[in-house]
Amino acid sequence: MSIEVRNITKRFGAFTAVDDVSLQVGGGELLALLGPSGSGKTTLLRMIAGLEFPDSGSILLNQEDATKHDAARRRVGFVFQHYALFRHMTIFENVAFGLRVRPRNLRLSKNDIRDKVMQLLALVQLEKHEKHFPNQLSGGQRQRIALARALAVEPTLLLLDEPFGALDAKVRKELRRWLRRLHDEIHIASVFVTHDQEEALEVADRVAVMNQGKLEQIGTPQEVYDNPANAFVYNFLGNVNLFHGRVDRGRVRISTMDSESQEASPALDRSTLGYARPYEINISRESGGAATVHARLVHIYGVGPKVKLELQDIETEAMIEAEIERTQFVELELKQGDEVYVSPSNLRRFVEDYSI
Amino acid sequence: MSAATSKGKVRAGDAPLVKWTLIIVALAFMLVALVLPLASVFVEAFAKGWQVYLASIRDPDALSAIRLTLLASGIALTMNLLFGLAAAWAISRFSFRGKNLLISLIDLPLAVSPVVAGLIFVLLFGLHGWFGPWLDDHSVRILFAVPGIVLATIFVTFPFVARELIPFMQAQGTEEEEAALVLGASPWRMFFSITLPNIRWSLLYGVILCSARAMGEFGAVSVVSGHIRGETNTLPLHVEILYNEYNFAAAFAVASLLSLVAVVTLAVKKIIEDKTGIRGEKA
Repeated sequence: MSIEVRNITKRFGAFTAVDDVSLQVGGGELLALLGPSGSGKTTLLRMIAGLEFPDSGSILLNQEDATKHDAARRRVGFVFQHYALFRHMTIFENVAFGLRVRPRNLRLSKNDIRDKVMQLLALVQLEKHEKHFPNQLSGGQRQRIALARALAVEPTLLLLDEPFGALDAKVRKELRRWLRRLHDEIHIASVFVTHDQEEALEVADRVAVMNQGKLEQIGTPQEVYDNPANAFVYNFLGNVNLFHGRVDRGRVRISTMDSESQEASPALDRSTLGYARPYEINISRESGGAATVHARLVHIYGVGPKVKLELQDIETEAMIEAEIERTQFVELELKQGDEVYVSPSNLRRFVEDYSI
Repeated sequence: MSAATSKGKVRAGDAPLVKWTLIIVALAFMLVALVLPLASVFVEAFAKGWQVYLASIRDPDALSAIRLTLLASGIALTMNLLFGLAAAWAISRFSFRGKNLLISLIDLPLAVSPVVAGLIFVLLFGLHGWFGPWLDDHSVRILFAVPGIVLATIFVTFPFVARELIPFMQAQGTEEEEAALVLGASPWRMFFSITLPNIRWSLLYGVILCSARAMGEFGAVSVVSGHIRGETNTLPLHVEILYNEYNFAAAFAVASLLSLVAVVTLAVKKIIEDKTGIRGEKA
């Protein structure tokens, strides 16, 4: 009940879709492959399923080398982004398909197939729809049928390619919680692909962040969120503010803020970037010394329990996004056009900078 | 809704006079150019009564022409079905060198005049052609014999099945087929359980167009046939011979068979279009 991917590389012509990726998924674990489009996450998933074959590297399923096995032999459950239900078959026949195509000596009897399918339809709460066709179902229902169909063959692994990508926001939220509960019930190693960081952080046991074919970081949602390995991961997991600055002989000067550098080597004058999330921005009416930025309040988005503020650094004209509690917003009596002082409570720097 | 209509303005083309003029012109033209000729075929065919009509069709030469037409279009249909499936599969599922060239070449028979198509085979298999002498030495007859007619028919009907399937299969994608494979289906099982049912209407549509064209083909077949009565005459060629002999009743009787095929083809085509939304809005 495990997946091990070792140094997998896949090219399409001159384009390297997956670049030397290694990762492991343990039994009963739910792993999210998170990344922007074109980051190689779907290609990696398809290689695990046997729908694509790697140019180099190997794939072990349940400790057995399956790199060259075709999809039919791998016994994985695969859920497609657009459901891929068989449109000319009823819901019942869709779910039964995997059972019917088994070799004769392994095939269940007609009655057993019927029992099994009805059991799965009950699991996804769609028993009443057995005689319907896929186009008579809503998107969320179709995706649940696709899941039931994948589970029918009793896979040892479950792979889901952007399973909620084609659904509207509300259904997506419901369905991903439902998937989490279902996974806790059936408890098989599962990998799902998503470009939605909120979805990955909420549902998965561990998150693997991919970018341009490379695995940037893998860890629990807490780990990757609190300790991002690099600027890309930090940036991809939420909104960020960027502060341009310079490092010089042990001092870091970012915007108008001045502080000690924690770097071991006292580098000579070079540029650097600091990052802070909108909720890590403090706002005050008074200047708090060197570590504050003088900014003008450009716009206020006041809907909801938190107030979003758009500020502009008066010196550099860079935009800063802040998110503060409504009570604080009221206390400060902020109005559009006000001049305030801004300081990040937690300014992050990454040694290996990359440009956004 | 365009801005113009929502404001209640009448566009130039919406004026009743223009509208009815256009409709009448179109209908009148269709009546004169299409409906009248078709009707006249049947009127002429029965001009001398049922007896003559039946006799013309039961004539041994006519029966032989019917058999040859069915044989040639049957073979052409089978070949083009296999080729069409293979080509559509290759083009919609794989990327390979020369793919665009293949797509363009499939249309070649539509662009070339059928007479030229026939001449190509004369050039290849005629006595003074490339393979003619060799074939003659081995006493294989292609030109002025059934194989030539079959080849010419295959050539002119080449695009029909492939052209229907390619855009359809490209639009449909491969997810359902991949789903079948992951669920443990063998490639054959996948083809017969998933692919074929999904493309069946498109395929049938192509088959109907292909068979209609195969049965009606005149130009290319005329060049390679040699017009040997009772041997290498297809239905359209037989009609021409009868007509040239001033045997109008018989000519129209045989022609009515071909017209009937055309009418049935149109009807079936219409049914498929209504059923599947091919050529119209997707259901």
